[in-house]
Amino acid sequence: MAQRESTFVNMVVVLFLVSAIAATALAFVYQATKEPILKSKLEKKKRAIKNVVNDFDNNPIEEMFKIPVEGGDSVECYPAKKDGKIVGYAVKTFSKKGFSGLITVMVGFDPDGHIHKTAVLEHHETPGLGDKMQRNKSNFSKQFDNMDVPDIPDKDNDGIIIEVKKDNGTVDAITAATITSRAFCDATERAYNAFKKIKK
Amino acid sequence: MNKLKIFTKGFFSENAVFVMLLGLCPTLGTTTSAINGLGMGLATTFVLVMSNIVVSLVKKQIPDKVRIPAFIVIIASFVTIVELTMQAYIPDLYDVLGLFIPLIVVNCLILGRAEAFASKNNIINSVLDGLGMGLGFSMALTMLGAVREILGSGSVFNIKIYEGDGALVFVLAPGAFIVLGYLIAFVNRLQKRKNI
Repeated sequence: MAQRESTFVNMVVVLFLVSAIAATALAFVYQATKEPILKSKLEKKKRAIKNVVNDFDNNPIEEMFKIPVEGGDSVECYPAKKDGKIVGYAVKTFSKKGFSGLITVMVGFDPDGHIHKTAVLEHHETPGLGDKMQRNKSNFSKQFDNMDVPDIPDKDNDGIIIEVKKDNGTVDAITAATITSRAFCDATERAYNAFKKIKK
Repeated sequence: MNKLKIFTKGFFSENAVFVMLLGLCPTLGTTTSAINGLGMGLATTFVLVMSNIVVSLVKKQIPDKVRIPAFIVIIASFVTIVELTMQAYIPDLYDVLGLFIPLIVVNCLILGRAEAFASKNNIINSVLDGLGMGLGFSMALTMLGAVREILGSGSVFNIKIYEGDGALVFVLAPGAFIVLGYLIAFVNRLQKRKNI
């Protein structure tokens, strides 16, 4: 069989067919992997909650409630309880200020407003630069461990407490990834604002 | 060219990394540890073999002038399949490699094999070529990753070899270039001597 000739009709038809077959195949794979992906994300969420708050014995995912934040969005809040007493809150917060796409972070609070720990759930930042906000890649996120947010002075009086040093804050930004660092601070700040609303 | 030669040329005489210097972006980016290099290499191998099969099957049907876009659609589909499958069944590896998987699409190695080999050869040879090239690529990435992990973090495949943190530079991008340079020199020396 000879090579198909490059006429206009041939090219259009072939490209259309190739794309259509590819799209159909992907639709099937997407359907098949949808469930397991959701499951593994839930698993990840559970692990993240466990990592960011004190020991608990309830099921925070079942007791999840939503708190509205500015801009018409809301964050998910997972209360952690031990023997019926609140030992902390894990707040699933986000930031749209990242370098590429949405960043979701789990921030754990002790009942008195200390940040216990943080964990990045999902992001699309540059590998090698922005992804250093992940706990296993650099010490950046460790600055937030045990951060006593209510005691941090708001140096430039702009109402935002958790900021990088470039913006008159207290957080050391990741080298060459200031935008990501800002987004991480933004997400944490949003979590803290939500936490304040729980306390009320 | 006999079948064995088609398979083995990917390891030595036409190794994608050491000889042709193709696909350097994922090579340098993912090889911070041996296991990352191996995972990336195997994911690339899968995409390479599958795209070689499909390209070799449809080569006669695709008009010459639109072959590149058609190949890219085929390759991108397989990459997406790998990404979704990995996300679903090996989430831990996906956490590490997830950001790099979409980069397989633009890996010159895969488009290069589709264009230079699969579109001119039959399906069996194309599979052998894809396997050889892919495994050669995996081998190179694993070697690079292992050396960087030993020098940079003091371990290999996450097994601690010596105490301490090692030289940080080998984990960072400059270390990737340095190690790759020495490995290329080493492989060239071997080839000159043995003529494999």
